[in-house]
Amino acid sequence: MNADRARTSQMITLEMDGLQALLDALAKRGYRVVGPKLRDQAIVYDDIASVRDLPAGWTDEQEGGRYRVTRRSDDALFGYAVGPHSWKRFLYPPIQQLWRARHKGSAVSVTPEPMPSERFAFFGVRACELHAIEIQDRVFMNGEMADPHYKARRANAFIVAVNCGTAGGTCFCVSMNTGPGVKQGFDIALTELVEGGAHRFVVEAGSDKGREVLAALPQRAAKPEETKAADAVVAKTASSMGRTMKADDVREVLMRNLDNPRWDDVAERCMTCGNCTMVCPTCFCMTVEDASDLEGLETSRSRRWDSCFTMDHSYVHGGSVRASSKARYRQWLTHKLATWVDQFGTSGCVGCGRCITWCPVGIDITEEVSAIRNSESR
Amino acid sequence: MALVAEKGAAVPAHDPMLPRVARVRKRQRDLADVWTLNLEMEDGEPLKFAPGQFNMLTVFGVGEIPISISGDPAQDGGGLVHTIRDVGTVSGALARLGPGSAVGVRGPFGTSWPVEEAKGNDVVILAGGLGLAPLRPMIYSVLANRKHYGKVALLYGARGPGEILFRAELEQWRRRLDIELQVTVDHAETDWYGSVGVVTTLIPRATFDPQNTVAVVCGPEIMMRFGAAALRKAGVGDQSMYLSMERSMKCAVGLCGHCQLGSAFVCRDGPVFRNDQLGSLMTVKEL
Amino acid sequence: MEGLERIVREHPFFAGLKEGFCQLISGCAKNVRFEAGQYLFHEGQAADQFYILRSGRVALEMSAPTRSLTIQTLGEDEIVGASWLVAPYRWGFDAKALELTRAISMDAACLRGKCEDDHDLGYEMMKRFAPVLIQRLQATRLQILDVYGTRS
Repeated sequence: MNADRARTSQMITLEMDGLQALLDALAKRGYRVVGPKLRDQAIVYDDIASVRDLPAGWTDEQEGGRYRVTRRSDDALFGYAVGPHSWKRFLYPPIQQLWRARHKGSAVSVTPEPMPSERFAFFGVRACELHAIEIQDRVFMNGEMADPHYKARRANAFIVAVNCGTAGGTCFCVSMNTGPGVKQGFDIALTELVEGGAHRFVVEAGSDKGREVLAALPQRAAKPEETKAADAVVAKTASSMGRTMKADDVREVLMRNLDNPRWDDVAERCMTCGNCTMVCPTCFCMTVEDASDLEGLETSRSRRWDSCFTMDHSYVHGGSVRASSKARYRQWLTHKLATWVDQFGTSGCVGCGRCITWCPVGIDITEEVSAIRNSESR
Repeated sequence: MALVAEKGAAVPAHDPMLPRVARVRKRQRDLADVWTLNLEMEDGEPLKFAPGQFNMLTVFGVGEIPISISGDPAQDGGGLVHTIRDVGTVSGALARLGPGSAVGVRGPFGTSWPVEEAKGNDVVILAGGLGLAPLRPMIYSVLANRKHYGKVALLYGARGPGEILFRAELEQWRRRLDIELQVTVDHAETDWYGSVGVVTTLIPRATFDPQNTVAVVCGPEIMMRFGAAALRKAGVGDQSMYLSMERSMKCAVGLCGHCQLGSAFVCRDGPVFRNDQLGSLMTVKEL
Repeated sequence: MEGLERIVREHPFFAGLKEGFCQLISGCAKNVRFEAGQYLFHEGQAADQFYILRSGRVALEMSAPTRSLTIQTLGEDEIVGASWLVAPYRWGFDAKALELTRAISMDAACLRGKCEDDHDLGYEMMKRFAPVLIQRLQATRLQILDVYGTRS
């Protein structure tokens, strides 16, 4: 109860002008501010300068293999779930130059690509996405070998999180214990309140950096009924999840079912297009590509996102280890939900539902897991 | 899964994806499609490694592949000796590099053979085909410290008489009285006087005390699987058997995701695994 | 005769065989030796015996018009020949001594007769032959897989 009161006392309320002031403050501090924007009939993450760039009054309808933006009955700025983009495209860009080598006569000099100096402010990061970032932190920074490019971008990033006011049709963060309310890993967190013509944001700081930014904004202390309303927003979203997945023992269930006939069944539907891995906010596989100019004076290497659904992914001389689509789907699912736990001490799934929505044939990770689970009780 | 194979030397703490420039010092043809390259770092720094580890080799403008180290760990240039079969774009380009050519080197990476754990035990070295190359540093190491080991058997299987790797060296080892060398081939015409039969048939013919034996196995995955089964039948425990796995690798530092085998990243948790850690990973199809 | 019985009794292939059975089968055994290059038998001939090698090496060979292949080589303590077990009792390959080879030759008709008379002995013999056959089948499968070949 005391903790609640302490929290309430630190909550502030911003009006629309306050939110704009927040964007301005971030830009002024040299951040490249990236947030949700309506583009190509989807809500994507892109550069934003003004609250007017945000998809006010838009929401999304999501189902297996289906995504549509539609109008809301109000002007909410964050009244939708997550779209095809995730923040991984900024922290871990789809293509990254690694080094260049100059060849002069027989001399070769290899120059590493300079570390990124760009400082991102992510505006509108959802709870599941905070967890996804935390998971990629473990992948790229907590092992023996850190990825210096990721590390540099991550260290400079400023995160403005937002509590979800709307659950998407394919969301299941409640099952994965990753949302819909944000708990940690942000500099500033917002909860949007749209009711009776009033449009306010209940805001809290999650770091000193966040407190410092907030201090200069036009604001007032949040009223108790506002923090209560903010909590109610999260509670309502939590109770309207589009999907569920029993996740506590999923690792064991999958690992003892590597021969389950369900893999053949899903392989019949899976086109091995790799969409799920591209939209997944935690998938981290990459490959490298070497290039050479025509004269051979400069060669270079870049890395690019890769997918375990390609034949090349497991290619050793003579062929692919995972030649069948069954084996490739199984690799993705068992890695995401089972072996990931062994490797990184956490599931690789945050329940964002992107892989379900963006699968061209609507393969549903929650449905596949429950089919395998249910086959055991038959 | 806890993976506890011996940890080798770490790479320098700079960008793990950045290659250092080396030059081809010597290039020697071992077989019709197999070449051994001796490299030399341009900065002169020797590359310290533990037997069983590998390097990532770059042909500039072509690409990069993992190649195990086949040199002598006791020699300065040992960490830069690589035996390469010309099977693909990059391995073919590597095999064609003449003396003086530039090669990018990252490494060494991965776990190593149980050179220390094997001390005080009999040692069975079971090699198949090109699998003799990653085992050669272990053989050098054991022979250089021969008194620390019990009986040592090197059992080598090749496809045919014309595909026996390091033949001159095998002849030298055959003349030593402190190592039992047996070579067999899978296919031969009747003019071949040596043994014919798969490499596993050599195990019952070798002399070792299975209770006090450390076995190291390297070759094609299926050969290692049957080799491990034959060793088990001979009484060697899975916890005393070490195998070296091969998977696709792009980064060698556990970041690219390609080399996963169950929970393991072969580049980081392997390539050398103790067989009890591998468990069923080799028998699940397409894992 | 007594020397031969001891050799049979002490040979690993017959390890654990009852004393009485050892005596019985020793009656079918004789010592033989082959010089290097000498054939133990040829493909198509009657499989009237099998050999338990005591020393030396034997190559099993199959010939085609343009080439002659060694399918397997066998050495000390190993068994040459299983065709004596299965009708029509004909050899399926040639067997040649690669070096001076000493062996125990077992008279097949004699042994088959004794196994028919006493199925317990027959079972003991089968228990010793079946693993050899399975092991060779497995080895043959591995040879077929051509594991060291580069797939294209």
